[in-house]
Amino acid sequence: MSGALRFRHQLPVLTWLVLVWILLWGTWSWANLLSGILVAVLVTNVLPLPAVIGGARVHPLPLLVLAFWFIKDLVVSSAQVAWQAIRPSGMQQGAIVAVQLRTDSDLLLTLIAEALTLVPGSIVLDLDRPRRTLGVHLLHVDDDEDVQRQKAGVLTMEDRVVRAFGTKEDIARLDQEIPVEDLAPGSDGPEVRR
Amino acid sequence: MNDFDSIPDWIAAACLLVGAFLCLTAGLGVLRFPDVLSRMHAGTKPQVMGVLLIMIGGAIRLTGWSATWMLLLVAAFQLITAPVNAHMVSRIAYRRRHVRRDLLVVDELVDAQRGAELRAGQEGMSGDQPADAPEHTRAEDDGRRPSPRDLDDALPD
Repeated sequence: MSGALRFRHQLPVLTWLVLVWILLWGTWSWANLLSGILVAVLVTNVLPLPAVIGGARVHPLPLLVLAFWFIKDLVVSSAQVAWQAIRPSGMQQGAIVAVQLRTDSDLLLTLIAEALTLVPGSIVLDLDRPRRTLGVHLLHVDDDEDVQRQKAGVLTMEDRVVRAFGTKEDIARLDQEIPVEDLAPGSDGPEVRR
Repeated sequence: MNDFDSIPDWIAAACLLVGAFLCLTAGLGVLRFPDVLSRMHAGTKPQVMGVLLIMIGGAIRLTGWSATWMLLLVAAFQLITAPVNAHMVSRIAYRRRHVRRDLLVVDELVDAQRGAELRAGQEGMSGDQPADAPEHTRAEDDGRRPSPRDLDDALPD
């Protein structure tokens, strides 16, 4: 990877690290900015991470929609879990479901998995990257119908995240049925070159 | 009551109390829920919401921007790290079959091909199979999909 391209991939990470540094100091000053850049460059060079390929776009309006639902879901699901924790009958029955997503981007899948673990009564157990399939544990389900409803909820979350952060192609994928290529059992798919 | 003479103070107090209560329920959930996977739910949702509310309450009540930035960072990192932590613990628990199957309506991961792969090597090997494991240990699992019952039987108690 050429130097300039590498720098472009590193730029979001550097910006984030500098921002965290300045927030930790609590005050804005040129000295903080410069020392922050120094630390960020040092950290990214000493502890390099693979670059995030593809990147993300930010769409303000869908982002607001996502934020609204995210906060609402967070409130509702914490209230539900809190109630299940304190009510006398305790927890009843859960389920583990596999949901195939339509998104095929590392960054978006990460965001979707994070959001899913935080909000609607689910925790992501496993992500099968080549098949784009999430293994999700649901804390509370009433019956099979409820399982289907919560699986649809996972896809709704995917929809919102992709519309907020996805590229044009990612958003277009939402409306298509894209079959997953047949893979040998145990295969992790083609090697991704970085 | 000099400290409680304005509306922001009341809002801050409410946030702190509700936040503390949610953290308490998170602790109760970890204690009362029957298995690792459900306990992780208690460790994420009420816990994160509780911390966020306490941060909001603190930000209203504390003076000075530098404290606010710090609280913002705490909230951001809580949002980023709590799911990762819950995911890692649940994933290991699932692979180690630390799951109360009697409480599950359905486990689609076991039916799926990935399920067989995930839980590869129930005999002789316990836990994760490294990606660079020798070929013969992988080949043994082909064509054999363990049912939940099999897995439970294979588990030494």
